[in-house]
Amino acid sequence: MAKNKMSRRKFLVRGGLGTIGVLAVGTYLFRNPIRRQIAGALNTADTPYMGDTSTPIIWFEITEENKVILHSPKVEMGQGTFTGLAQMAAEELEIDMSQIKVVHAQSISGNMDSFATGGSTSISALWVPLRELAATMREMLLQKAAEKMGVEKSTLTISNGQVSSGRTEMSYAQIAEGVEAWEVPDTPKLKPVSEMKWVGKPVPRVDLADKVFGAPIFGVDATLPNMLYGSVVRSSKIGAVYKGADISKAENMPGVVKIVQEDDFVGVVAKSFTEAENAKNAIEVIWETTKNWQTEDIRSMLEVGQGTPFVIQKAGDVDDFFGEGSLIEASYWSPIGAHAQIEPNGALAHVEKDMATIYMSTQVVKISRDEIAKRLGMDKDQVNLAPTFLGGGFGRRLHTPNGIQAAVLSKAVGRPVKCFFSRKEEFQNDTFRPPTHHVLKAKLDNEGSIEAFEHNVSSGDVAFGSPMVPGIAEPILGADLGAWRGGMVQYGAIPNYQAISWRVQLPFATSWWRSLGLLANTFAIESFMDELAVKARKNPADFRLTHTQKDDRGERLANVIKKVVEVSGYKDEVVNNRAMGFAASTDANTPCAQVVEVSIENNEIKVHKVTCAMDPGLVVNPDQVKAQCEGAIIMGMSASLYEKMEVEDGALTPTIYGPYQMAMMKHAPKEIDIILLQGADSPGAVGEPPLGPIGAAIANAVFRLTGQRIRRMPLQDHLQV
Amino acid sequence: MKIALKVNGEQHSLEIADENTPLLWIVRDLLNLKGTKFGCGKAACGACTLHVDGEAVRSCSYAVKFADGKKVTTIEGLRNEEAPHPVQQAWLEHVVPQCGYCQPGFMMATAALISKNQEPTDEDIDNNIINICRCATYYRMRKAIHRAAELERDRLSLSTKNIENGEE
Ligand code: FES
Ligand code: FES
Repeated sequence: MAKNKMSRRKFLVRGGLGTIGVLAVGTYLFRNPIRRQIAGALNTADTPYMGDTSTPIIWFEITEENKVILHSPKVEMGQGTFTGLAQMAAEELEIDMSQIKVVHAQSISGNMDSFATGGSTSISALWVPLRELAATMREMLLQKAAEKMGVEKSTLTISNGQVSSGRTEMSYAQIAEGVEAWEVPDTPKLKPVSEMKWVGKPVPRVDLADKVFGAPIFGVDATLPNMLYGSVVRSSKIGAVYKGADISKAENMPGVVKIVQEDDFVGVVAKSFTEAENAKNAIEVIWETTKNWQTEDIRSMLEVGQGTPFVIQKAGDVDDFFGEGSLIEASYWSPIGAHAQIEPNGALAHVEKDMATIYMSTQVVKISRDEIAKRLGMDKDQVNLAPTFLGGGFGRRLHTPNGIQAAVLSKAVGRPVKCFFSRKEEFQNDTFRPPTHHVLKAKLDNEGSIEAFEHNVSSGDVAFGSPMVPGIAEPILGADLGAWRGGMVQYGAIPNYQAISWRVQLPFATSWWRSLGLLANTFAIESFMDELAVKARKNPADFRLTHTQKDDRGERLANVIKKVVEVSGYKDEVVNNRAMGFAASTDANTPCAQVVEVSIENNEIKVHKVTCAMDPGLVVNPDQVKAQCEGAIIMGMSASLYEKMEVEDGALTPTIYGPYQMAMMKHAPKEIDIILLQGADSPGAVGEPPLGPIGAAIANAVFRLTGQRIRRMPLQDHLQV
Repeated sequence: MKIALKVNGEQHSLEIADENTPLLWIVRDLLNLKGTKFGCGKAACGACTLHVDGEAVRSCSYAVKFADGKKVTTIEGLRNEEAPHPVQQAWLEHVVPQCGYCQPGFMMATAALISKNQEPTDEDIDNNIINICRCATYYRMRKAIHRAAELERDRLSLSTKNIENGEE
């Protein structure tokens, strides 16, 4: 597959305010069948950058101070992408890290990824194209410098964005000044990794100072002159359909500017946030619901066998082995999970006659823009979606009806309107991590090796039903690739295995949650592998190693397993009331193995130490890759040990932090040791893979300590004391 | 109601229609200091933590009338003109923030802690830093809190020395 090739490009220069030259660099055309795009995006690290377009788009600006501004098509939600992209660009631009600034590309510049920011793909997808763009721009600048200086291009050298002929020096800004036509060279050869100066270095995050000094960089921080506050009524009941509202009480409340009634929702615009909230709470909406759902209803829908099956992986024939006796079988469950990102969803919209501007935290810039344009009946080019920093993403901002609602309210009053969710609305209207049920079966041979292995995962939808996967793609894809992420058998030396994904359509929205199915699937598979190791009387890590296959993928997995065992001093025994637990997973081509040290104190599962060996390929920023591991480990621990949503009388509950229990400072392990292997020469997935093993590793340690095999998350709830 | 607030050293006299309005919205929307965040509005996450007369409070659940006549410090006012606050210095050194949204609240809670306790133990940290970070940056945060306390100790011993040397 010819990937990331620049098949067409345009460079042009525009004068801008405070800008000497705007180099607009385009464009990548990359057309793929939808199946490959999406499946590729999710299951491998081999995801192309899927930017549109045929019109010129802005990637770089050079400022008067000789700084380069990179317009990122990927959003920054904490994962450190801006920093990695800056390192990659600075490398080919031959500039210092202090000379590069990264901003979110606005939709009006055309620099949008039509996929999303997600799936741990931002750095890997832009690894080649971004450096090619930067190198091309560097060569264009060198060419102009040669002309302006009257020397041969080959005699020029560059250091920190200063081009020197030995006698004269010019900054990039000086070179770009006044240039009207540029020559676009063939794509230059890229610098080999061995000569790189920034890639591979733990440079500080480019957004560090803003985040430490409290800069107003998030969606909910956006303001415009003359701005009003909006609030939209949302149902607390599952499946509720809006049927109209009585607004008589709300209309005359203090600060209310207008109550806006649409066919599908009602909202209020007021002078302050609190006035908008108060008036909203006084609106009486008529909701139509069909059923009073309870957790038990969901549980019975979810049982393996109820939904629609789809075989996602098959080797050999398991049926030959499952007929006779000595079959080992176990059933695992995971609950509904909330995103619980701290910045609520919201948007600031300013809809004018021919132009709408929307500031918001979104992971799908293009989809958000398109949806808003459609609702407003405007051309896409008339809507500028200006992404802000995200106060957490985790998949929550892949659905953005909040942008539409803000735009509708703004249009109704002819002024900028900012609205955002209350925390209760966040919890009740989340697009949840679906609950899952797993049935695992296996047969061991006389030597204690696995002869046959089967994983059934039954899950609510993840990818299906989301704006990124149009309905027409579902039959092509067959099974929901978000739900089965992490659900395939990764031990290829097992002679007979299969994995089956069962689709269940739940009555409430379920969707992408950091690492998708990986968390639950790995919890089930790696706990079950531990059960098998115990049955076979093998050391759990050695047991895994005897089942990894002899190819690149299998060997990279084996390497992280060996490494984590070596560094953690993993032992399958209880020492001083502490036990170690082991688990491993491969997600999007990134294998990861973890060992945890656990004790039980006052009936509470306590994780003291986590050792994590991961091979994400080439590491662009080791410090930030480690930060991603640390965060993913604790977030995964939080979800595995404490978090769950229930369905009570037709509503999702709880609706506030605390009752929705999450890991806090006191729960976080005091020691985390991350070891990064680099078993590939380009960067792979980082932000999600380390969420895989943690749940099973803890459960496996709890088994060592107590003899209890907890097969349901959240583990703490099911610990028998 | 007229409310007098000294925010980050600057005196404000505000006419407020509803004296029960949470201080958070006064700071964010009236004074346009956006560093203090809204997370839950129910004192459950700590994103809105700021200082009132040096005490950490969750401003989403603190009516502005209670701040009348008092000194309010937000993340924007934590540093002095010459230097970052020890907490911010420590946060920079340990590269703590990920998405960053919860961080001002954590830094304000930490600043209040180390102003009273310059040698917090891990247990003190567990008991006092009870905000929520969804990016789960707790591991680095704990290190940064110990480092901030160390910087604060250095600063205090330096200023005692200066007083001893008559350089105050
Ligand atoms: S916003 Fe105040 S504690 Fe959450
Ligand atoms: S850094 Fe994202 S919530 Fe704490």
